[in-house]
Amino acid sequence: MNAAQAGSTLDAPVDGHTPPAQASAAAIPTIHVATDRGSDGAPSRPLGQTIVELRGVSCYYGSFRAVKDVSVTAAKHDVTALIGPSGCGKSTLLRTFNRMNDLVPSFRATGEILLDGQDLYSKSVDPVAVRRRVGMVFQKPNPFPKSIYDNVAFGPRVNGFKGNMDELVEHCLRKAALWDEVKDKLKQSGMALSGGQQQRLCIARTIAIEPEVILMDEPCSALDPRSTLQIEELMAELKKDYTIVIVTHNMQQAARASDVTVMMTMDTSDRAGYVVEQAETIQIFTNPKNQLTEDYVSGRFG
Amino acid sequence: MAATRATPAAQPRFEPALMRRRLNGTLFYGACLFAIAILILALIALLLTVLVVGVPWLNVDFITGMPSRRPTQTGILPALVGSIQLAIIVGAITFPVGIGAAVYLAEYAGDNRLTRLLQTNISNLAGVPSIIYGIFGLAIFVRLLGLGPVLFSGAATLALVILPLVIIASFEALKAVPQAQREGAYALGASQWQMVRGSVIPAAAPGIMTGIILAMARAIGEAAPLVVIGAATFVTSMPQPFQGGFTVLPIQVFTWAQRPQADFQGIAAATIIVILVLIFVLNLLALLVRARLSRHIQW
Repeated sequence: MNAAQAGSTLDAPVDGHTPPAQASAAAIPTIHVATDRGSDGAPSRPLGQTIVELRGVSCYYGSFRAVKDVSVTAAKHDVTALIGPSGCGKSTLLRTFNRMNDLVPSFRATGEILLDGQDLYSKSVDPVAVRRRVGMVFQKPNPFPKSIYDNVAFGPRVNGFKGNMDELVEHCLRKAALWDEVKDKLKQSGMALSGGQQQRLCIARTIAIEPEVILMDEPCSALDPRSTLQIEELMAELKKDYTIVIVTHNMQQAARASDVTVMMTMDTSDRAGYVVEQAETIQIFTNPKNQLTEDYVSGRFG
Repeated sequence: MAATRATPAAQPRFEPALMRRRLNGTLFYGACLFAIAILILALIALLLTVLVVGVPWLNVDFITGMPSRRPTQTGILPALVGSIQLAIIVGAITFPVGIGAAVYLAEYAGDNRLTRLLQTNISNLAGVPSIIYGIFGLAIFVRLLGLGPVLFSGAATLALVILPLVIIASFEALKAVPQAQREGAYALGASQWQMVRGSVIPAAAPGIMTGIILAMARAIGEAAPLVVIGAATFVTSMPQPFQGGFTVLPIQVFTWAQRPQADFQGIAAATIIVILVLIFVLNLLALLVRARLSRHIQW
């Protein structure tokens, strides 16, 4: 699968002309799906500028290939959702975007992972610098055992922020829709907040380093529906300024909150994850090209 | 499974035995209570003996006086000052070296055979009798480095005695910090050093403090290694770290307790009370520091 094919999925027509049943027969062995670039119909909405692009990326843990030959793109100011059954490598893939997998000694990635055209895994790139540009919110809220204020200020401090810290902290907490709840207790522990508040604190902490991309690894899986909704509303607000890539197991969340969806699954023969298709979310959920996608989003599989 | 299902419905498949379970619970509770009772009784017996014998001898002159051959005129000031100076130097050595070694093991060393060998050896060192450290201190600090039997030699030796304890406790505290904390710091663009300093060490600080305090209390109570390196038993001048003889409270207790006269038993007990107060003050201080360090931590 090459990059051009992956990129083309973005401007694929909403009403794909290939019936899912036929597509799946072709798609399982060859992986790529959307090859009909501009063949019929117009894109349903204007295309964003690509900010993250993966070209032929494979991820290895030791000799095990966890993800194979992935080529996907994420456009600026889009929310791109990664969906697929457990173990298909969504989180592994997400963690290549900010080189978080470097923490696993046996990890290795091949292919190109481009942020604004720059290969994140090239030798001259310092992962510490990458993570300033690509923030991350984790599955379980992980505030530091510090005050709310210091949680937000941590990132700016380690990155040598020179401006007015009080203003930045307030700005980020407002952006994360948390300010009104915590403005009177900034000195209290970030861990004393509720789960939903903790996750919004983690989002505030992330936007404090002014990243270009925010990665979210199942950010709502530990939260109740009300907190989940708050996070989703927040994402809709945040995408005006940032690009968001989210891994989710919640189909409704992907449908509600994302603009583009990447469907992944695991190859049963070698247990490696791969991309089934990438398309606009509305297409993935209403008219997927691949039977696997249709089965997954409709709850028949995974 | 099929066989179980096949049993007649009349025969119940669960036997709650609530009475027996409640009894088991009560027995276990009793055993735990017994365990703590042994400790408390021993502590009370010890304290009572020491207080009854020692309190009559406690007064300001005893605390602020110089030692004398006459029990009624003797004081412990040089030993008290010696113990405090010793504690400060031991702490000054142990704190950075112990935490540094633990951080290296927990955060920097790879998870390989060499690291595990190192850990096992440190654990073994914690079990080495302190008198062996005394012989080592005598050979290295007193003779080889030529420092002589001064307070600093004693402090360095005691630092070696308690370092394994500090390292093990700190290592465990660091390892108990959830991996999510490290990832959280890295994800904000922290370098490894910033991650360790800003995220892991603050999260582990209460545990590290506990280890250091326990170890310090042990160091304050040690006499054997100091006797080996040549601490004095009768000092009439204030100790100085790098010159002159020195003694500490446990050695005073040791020498006085050996005397046959009953009066010396009394001043030995009084000295023990002073040691206990010293350790109590140290623990109180540690409790305050610990509370401050852990005010934001709620796992």
